[in-house]
Amino acid sequence: MWEGMISGMLTGITTTLIPINIAMVLMGCFAGSFIGMLPGLGPITAVALMIPVTYGLDPTTGMVLLSGVYYGAIFGGSTSSILINAPGEAATVATALDGYPLARQGYPGKALAIAAYSSFSGGTIAVILMMFFAPMLASVATSFQSADYFALMLLGLTAVSAFAGRGGVLKALLMVIVGLMLATVGTDQTSGIQRFTFGSLELLDGIEFLMLAMATFALTEALSIVLKRDACSDSFKAKMIGFKSLKVTKKEFKFILPTILRSSILGFFVGVLPGAGATLGSFMAYGMERNLASKEEQKKFGKGSLRGLAAPETGNNAASTGSFVPLLTLGIPGSGTTAVMLGALIAYGIEPGPRMFVERPDVFWGVIMSMYLGNVFLLILNLPLIPYFARLLAIPRNIMVPVILFFSLMGVYLVTFNDFDIQMMVFFCIAAMALRLMNFPMAPLLLGFILGGLMEDNLRRALMIYDDSMSFMWERPITLGINLATIFILTMPLTRSAIKYVRGK
Amino acid sequence: MRRGKSRSTRISVAILSCALAIGLLVSPLGATEIKKIHFLIPGGAGGGWDGTARGVGKALLDSKLLEQASFENMSGGGGGKALNHLISTAERQEGTLLVNSTPIIIRSLTGVFPQSFRDLTPIASVIADYAAFVVAKDSKYTSFKEVVADFNKDPKSVKIGGGSVRGSMDHLVPAMVFQAAGEDPLKVKYIPYDAGGKAMAGLLSGDVQILSTGFSEALGLARQGVVRILAVTSAKRLSQAPEVATVKELGYDVVFANWRGFFGVPNLAKEKAEEYRILLKKMYATPEWEEIRTKHGWQNLYQSGDEFYSFLENQEQTLGDMMRKLGFLE
Repeated sequence: MWEGMISGMLTGITTTLIPINIAMVLMGCFAGSFIGMLPGLGPITAVALMIPVTYGLDPTTGMVLLSGVYYGAIFGGSTSSILINAPGEAATVATALDGYPLARQGYPGKALAIAAYSSFSGGTIAVILMMFFAPMLASVATSFQSADYFALMLLGLTAVSAFAGRGGVLKALLMVIVGLMLATVGTDQTSGIQRFTFGSLELLDGIEFLMLAMATFALTEALSIVLKRDACSDSFKAKMIGFKSLKVTKKEFKFILPTILRSSILGFFVGVLPGAGATLGSFMAYGMERNLASKEEQKKFGKGSLRGLAAPETGNNAASTGSFVPLLTLGIPGSGTTAVMLGALIAYGIEPGPRMFVERPDVFWGVIMSMYLGNVFLLILNLPLIPYFARLLAIPRNIMVPVILFFSLMGVYLVTFNDFDIQMMVFFCIAAMALRLMNFPMAPLLLGFILGGLMEDNLRRALMIYDDSMSFMWERPITLGINLATIFILTMPLTRSAIKYVRGK
Repeated sequence: MRRGKSRSTRISVAILSCALAIGLLVSPLGATEIKKIHFLIPGGAGGGWDGTARGVGKALLDSKLLEQASFENMSGGGGGKALNHLISTAERQEGTLLVNSTPIIIRSLTGVFPQSFRDLTPIASVIADYAAFVVAKDSKYTSFKEVVADFNKDPKSVKIGGGSVRGSMDHLVPAMVFQAAGEDPLKVKYIPYDAGGKAMAGLLSGDVQILSTGFSEALGLARQGVVRILAVTSAKRLSQAPEVATVKELGYDVVFANWRGFFGVPNLAKEKAEEYRILLKKMYATPEWEEIRTKHGWQNLYQSGDEFYSFLENQEQTLGDMMRKLGFLE
């Protein structure tokens, strides 16, 4: 088996290193990170845009290009999250939580650099894991049942505690509930019944996540810059001129290194599961990091913590690489973007599945090997640009704000070409603005929204499978294990204070 | 002056159409007038509708039957948005073909959108994908008959997964088959997933024992030995998998084709519609189409005009009956 793998890797290296494929990795990474940087445009748009380009190319070359676009877009997506709080993609929402505050404090260069290093490490570690374990990981991808997914989503919801710092636990919980409620709008995935659509065709497919994220993050942020008369914008500009810290110090590197390692592995495994994906990967990495952090460090989360930035950024890149495992070894797409890529693979006449790395080792290993190259390219492409991107923040706000508004609205419109989405976006923006002024945090809303739909579907499916009995919560070892972890996290603060109390006595 | 002009145009149009009619009579598969087609796809990139429209477009272009093809993805409302758009802008959409499939019938029955195929001009069905019942490779089932036997003993023990909501095609087809086997279709335990791929993952993880899906969707993994196809709903065994029994030969009288085909704007001129039909018919003889078709595992199913219309009416009747029985329709 190892022999087969080594010869496969060699095939991969030789196919990747032919000039056209190197050029395609470069082109894919460039196009992907460029499109990903634009607020509102994420990997799915980027990949869909590139598919026509790949027709007529050799399958390996085409796939190398498409996967470059995919992880390039995830890589680039962090830029708009950090600089203007406008995540272009669900997976980069968590990046904005600490990346944006860090940039506002005058460290945009450092924030971008940390994001770039984290993305690079997350991507590379995930490729290494995939290279050695891809065939075995196929069975991991199919070991999760609906009950396990439900337990995983519950565990994901505990990340909410990470956002509670800013405005109190109660407010965070309230916003989670609002998010869960918004997730119920649209056609119910189980029964096909329409819920809260008010007879409107437009609401049939539910609320678009990207639209909600842009409305609650980017638009409200831009508007609050306007509202704050004494805005930091000017003082901020003065701070910016020195560009005090583009460099990440050695000490900081050491500080985030364990985070990167942990988040890579967690993100990768979450990405391998076809029912989870990069968004969950980034949120869970963020939640885990906060739960592991010390008391003082926890306070910094949401206010520009380096770990809080590195964790989700590593997690989402590792997860997006991980999602290639079910795609290539089983032909099962875990996300919209990989579904588009599956369509492309079939159009090339390639059947993904467990025999793919025997029958088409050139494509299978070519794609994996090209990812190493791609991650290096992305780092080289992005690092020198950081000072220029960082300088974008020095643009006066009377220019900056309209530009953010324009790109955010355009980004949402370009995905669906639907003017109703724009109207809804404005509505949500106003509602979010009001909530923001009352100090309600927005991140729990998005977390609830993302997890809401998935959680409900998996719960109802598990109930149907277990004939309406709740026993699925403990019957399988995986479910039980995840649930115990959730209980452990939830009771940790309690146990901590209990221990303290006993010791104090 | 104006009148004269319009008359002369009318005459020339008449002459032209006469010439065209004669031309058609002389060689029924002669050159058609259609040079470009705009394909309207009611779903996103990468889906089944998208693949069909782009596959047909590519075959027509590559075989030089068509000079220009453009594609527009308009997802939303379960396909209702594109349908609505086509009808409301009909006067400038003569060159547009809307791709669609069996769900248009189900969704108009349940009232997801108010229109139905009757509001459009059915051009032709192009391909069919038959429904298939699939199990994981180490499943205890080797024949669909054993599934029916188990269902007879305890309906709850047979959980059937599918890539869409309850009351959708993946649910109706097993209900029809179990009814044909003399069982109660209401007892079918259907477990919905939000996409075909997720449902396949559910089968492989052991969430469900049987997967109800499209034959072409399962063929790839069946060839690779990950899953086994127990039965298909075609009338005869399929050439890609001759070892797979049909539901009909097992004694359950159900034949079901998930067709994919094209529709023109409402009240499309008869001649124009006929030209589209001839164009699509010609495509079948081209090697370019054969290549695309086999790649995707599609089955040819050409039914045009009235034949297509009555096929749709028939399918509407069958599906409607089952939906009423299951309580999805009043």
